[in-house]
Amino acid sequence: MTANRLLVIGPVAFLAAFFLYPLAAILGRSFGGGEFSPDPFGVVLGDPYYLGRIWFTVWQAAVSTVLTLIVGLPVAYLFARHEFPGKTVLKALTTLPFIMPTIVVAMGFIALLGPQGLVNTALTGVFGDGGPQVRVTNTLTIIFMAHAFYNYAIVVRIVSAFWSNLSPRFGESAAMLGAGRIRTFTHVTLPLLMPSLLSSAVLVFVFSFTSFGVVLVLGGPRFATLEVSIYELTVKLFRLDVAGALALVQLAFTSAFLLVYTRLQAQSAVPITFVPVDAVTRQRRGFRDVAVLAAIVVGLLVVLSPLVALVERAVSSGGGYSLTHFVGLFTDDRGSYFYLSPLMVIWNSIRFALASMVIALAVGTAASYVIVRRRGRSGVVDALFMAPLGVSAVTLGFGFLVAFNRAPIDLRGSWLILVIAHSLVAYPFVIRSVLPVLRGMPPHLKESAALLGANPLNVFVHVELPIIARALLVGATFAFAVSMGEFGASLLLVRPEFTTIPVAIFRLLGQPGESNLGQALAMSTLLMAVVTVGFVAIERFRYRNVGGF
Amino acid sequence: MKISAAVALMMLMTVFAVACRGDADNELVIMTHDSFAISEELIAEFEAEHDATVVLQPAGDAGEALVRAILEKGNPSADLLYGIDNTYLGRALDEEIFDEYRPDLLDEVPAQFVLDESGHVTSIDYGYVNLNYDIAYLADHGLMPPTTLEELTGPDWKGRLVVENAASSSPGLAFLISTVSYFGEDDDYDYLDFWRDLRANDVLVKDGWTAAYYTDFSQYGGDRPLVVSYATSPAAEYLFSAEPVEVPPTGNILIDKASFLQIEGIGILKGANSKDLAKKFIDFALGTRFQEDFPEQMFVYPVNQNAAIPDSFRFAEIPSAPADIGALEIGEKREQWIQAWTEVVLR
Repeated sequence: MTANRLLVIGPVAFLAAFFLYPLAAILGRSFGGGEFSPDPFGVVLGDPYYLGRIWFTVWQAAVSTVLTLIVGLPVAYLFARHEFPGKTVLKALTTLPFIMPTIVVAMGFIALLGPQGLVNTALTGVFGDGGPQVRVTNTLTIIFMAHAFYNYAIVVRIVSAFWSNLSPRFGESAAMLGAGRIRTFTHVTLPLLMPSLLSSAVLVFVFSFTSFGVVLVLGGPRFATLEVSIYELTVKLFRLDVAGALALVQLAFTSAFLLVYTRLQAQSAVPITFVPVDAVTRQRRGFRDVAVLAAIVVGLLVVLSPLVALVERAVSSGGGYSLTHFVGLFTDDRGSYFYLSPLMVIWNSIRFALASMVIALAVGTAASYVIVRRRGRSGVVDALFMAPLGVSAVTLGFGFLVAFNRAPIDLRGSWLILVIAHSLVAYPFVIRSVLPVLRGMPPHLKESAALLGANPLNVFVHVELPIIARALLVGATFAFAVSMGEFGASLLLVRPEFTTIPVAIFRLLGQPGESNLGQALAMSTLLMAVVTVGFVAIERFRYRNVGGF
Repeated sequence: MKISAAVALMMLMTVFAVACRGDADNELVIMTHDSFAISEELIAEFEAEHDATVVLQPAGDAGEALVRAILEKGNPSADLLYGIDNTYLGRALDEEIFDEYRPDLLDEVPAQFVLDESGHVTSIDYGYVNLNYDIAYLADHGLMPPTTLEELTGPDWKGRLVVENAASSSPGLAFLISTVSYFGEDDDYDYLDFWRDLRANDVLVKDGWTAAYYTDFSQYGGDRPLVVSYATSPAAEYLFSAEPVEVPPTGNILIDKASFLQIEGIGILKGANSKDLAKKFIDFALGTRFQEDFPEQMFVYPVNQNAAIPDSFRFAEIPSAPADIGALEIGEKREQWIQAWTEVVLR
């Protein structure tokens, strides 16, 4: 009983202390000042401009989500149903885009598709100066492309983890009954995958909905989302009241979507027999399989090409290849107070990411149990736990500063504020990965174990943990990734010695000059290397038979 | 159960770790914007001289740092705030977040660089926001750098200028203000008419300097040879070139009244713990040692007239006649300008 109660109190307390309280604190401050206009909601909802922003934010997120699913599904299939050499590394590479700073990704896109990029140079070479050119920079198209690029890993990871434990029996039965491959997929596999599909889709949607950097850097201010408007109102126009109103509108929308989703999710969940991975992956392949596989791998490489372009640029200097920029990164030629060895910067990122991952796993897993057990109103609880993803980052960031600024809880000078902020964005990933599996778990498993005399802890360790292990690894991967890529945390960066990799990159790109750019890209390359190693390590993590299941 | 016990433990540890974090004796916390930079050696010198610990606390860009200081009014996390410029001064003074302090060394600051007559914010450095151009691109296309802003609305420069969003970027706002100074607000052809024509001439608006400079400026893979940047940018290009160069690859376009003088200052936050130390730091920051150190760190000019300017700054020409709009007028009208500009250029 006590254990059960603690299970509920833990995540709820975390949410209340580090989400609801700071949010309430900043909104209280925003609406509290007497000098502001009497009705900030009137300002927002009465202004066609803001209504336009709301509409734009909704539909671009919808289009982005569909696109992301289209890109992600084939790759998910590849990883779920096939074993091949180098799979773990390829899987890690697949997830890299998710953690890259937007400005760096923008440079990768421009190196390929920009006016002086690879594609256009080639086109000029073939067709001459007046020939056709690809023009995607600063358009809506590139925003969609970038959203798919950033988020397809969410679909790949969540869906493939679910898929790989799904018994192939259903498909085989369908085939036996005469269904073709396509029919089997649309009528059997797809409905079975639905919980994980919805799970990843809602994350992609919310991420695209609250998109900030991608939209700004690649699209420009003409395509401002709500998040962008909130930022401008807060930081540049000092209209905290209108910003607060807009932040609430944004939260209302994301909550509504989350509620609809949890309703759908609850309907789509059916008890499923999960089987070990080995029983699922295909070992023998026909020609058709190989062709499909090859096509998917090639497609994947095309998706990852902007990152390759970045690495290429990082190792080029003065017309040839050299490690100049890496050497420069390790030399402190200006004696700046803010200079930090890249090793220190990498270490900062790693330790903050590991701490965030541990907190996110604990909170996320406990929260998943809370949601599953509340059968009646689980949708509301679920949506509430997901809310940190839907709230404006700048609003919550200032909320932290307002909320935790007095003894005994003055977090302003502590790195904990950073880790807590990262965990808040990270734990929803754990919930979204774990929940579909938890819901699909046949209740008789736990019941039998309990009947045989296992206590709840034993049931968890020996029965449930092995089943949710793969989902936990996915959650861990994203928790790690969220922190490594740190979404909008420079606001909360309290001390220069806590500088993380993305912050170091932004710092280098704050000044003009070829070598600043080169070093920023060298740092980005190091980021990719560190994260790849981290992903592979998480993937390889084994505890008894837990990870391999 | 194990997991939630871990959560509870974590939270206890949080509270504990935080409660234990007392303020060190004689600690000076300086909140700055992200672009602040100074030699480590100078900070160590100040620390040794005053037996103090200096903590530099970056808090986002200048706007974010100011919002943070306003939200923390009365209970500041820092003693000093560095980075208030003439576009933010009005707001900072309205909010009364600073204590007054007039250091003696202010006598060495020429009048045009005194940011705040009321004595709350002390000028430390200044710089100019103006157009930069890609020298090679202009040569290849047989173009001469423009000599008036009006030219930018003509066919030669169609699709060739990238600027920053005035509603979100400091140089963006600075350039908007210089167009207000250049064209006026009530003339037959005012600044909004100019921006309307610029929009028709396919001006590109990016949200921040980094995106504009490193993704759209032709020097770095974009297709726009003109960019709103700083007068010191060519000097930085010279200093930070990958291979040593004789002259930088970019140049300044200095049109009278079309560049913006940006003065940055420092102020003591009301309720500061270490007020005396904060005053000493301001004195130190106005001294020639400090003033001669930051130009090649931050690419701004020293306000102290006795400070020597580094050699690389020969590529950072000083505009003879920057925009003449004072900080107080900016404080009154910035929101109105930004909104009008947004209406014309973005919506």
